[in-house]
Amino acid sequence: MLTSLLRHADRALLRDVAALAAGIFVAAISFGAIASAQGVPWWQSSAMSILVFAGASQFATVGIMTTGGGLVAGVAAGLILNLRHVPYGMAVGEVYWTSLRSKLVGSHLLIDQTTAFALAAGDDRRRAKTAFWTVGITLFLVWNTGTVVGALAGQFIADPATLGLDAALPAILLALVVPALRDKSTLAAGVVGSAIALGTSFFLPAGVPVLLALLGLVVMWRRPTERGEATA
Amino acid sequence: MMMLAAIIALAVGTYLIRISGPLLHRRITLSERTEKIVKAGATVVLLALTVVSTVLVDGAWAGWALPAGVLVGGVLAWRRAPLAVVVIAAAATTALLRLAGVA
Repeated sequence: MLTSLLRHADRALLRDVAALAAGIFVAAISFGAIASAQGVPWWQSSAMSILVFAGASQFATVGIMTTGGGLVAGVAAGLILNLRHVPYGMAVGEVYWTSLRSKLVGSHLLIDQTTAFALAAGDDRRRAKTAFWTVGITLFLVWNTGTVVGALAGQFIADPATLGLDAALPAILLALVVPALRDKSTLAAGVVGSAIALGTSFFLPAGVPVLLALLGLVVMWRRPTERGEATA
Repeated sequence: MMMLAAIIALAVGTYLIRISGPLLHRRITLSERTEKIVKAGATVVLLALTVVSTVLVDGAWAGWALPAGVLVGGVLAWRRAPLAVVVIAAAATTALLRLAGVA
């Protein structure tokens, strides 16, 4: 599996994945370090990274649980954050929806970055497939290694914010959606959706605003797609 | 013990959320146009996620350094710069602004 993946993955993809992996490694170290600082044993942070594999929800659930927010509040916050994986799965699920094993493993690897990479491959199904699996497997390994490193040695590592590393992951996601945003109607939907998400972020729980962004799609619904627009 | 229960509940719930997308997709027959909208949906959510996490940190204004860095990355990506360049430029912009005292 891995060898055939590497054969299909061209150098440009591997270079992009390396940049992403570095960013995710830092985020994973932060997660492990913060969890440890809050008194979560390393093996529990590790179990969480293996079994959940969704960064933002892990931060949220640990944050709430360790500050006395309770089980229901902690899990609910994490699950609400993860609801965005429903539109992700609808959009890129076809990439791994083949054999049973591929469905089971691929589902676990459905994250922001695998979705973004698969989308960035455009209509090329094989490229999307290679990108999804290469990114998914790499990030799963990096996320889990980083979690252990952070949990055990996080207190010795400098604050990622001083190095500007908190800008790395949003910049990567933005770069990956740029090709799709060259389509004018998608861009319009994205701008409207982002405005809705931003405006509602002040009073709705994290995770709901990005789903409300889907309302921006009405822009596309009303306007019939013009021929050739998608390829422009 | 509570944390373990939370981990298992979050893991099971998240997995169910993850498989529901493709299952929903298979239940509805989609025209070429709705298919395009479904794809755009994921793009819209990813963009909104980027915007919200760049502008707001813990529900409050993130300061200028973070959005400025991400914006520099976005402009470079629009001009088709490789991802590594986007990442380094974004992180460097944010770090330098902070070094200069811009929050």
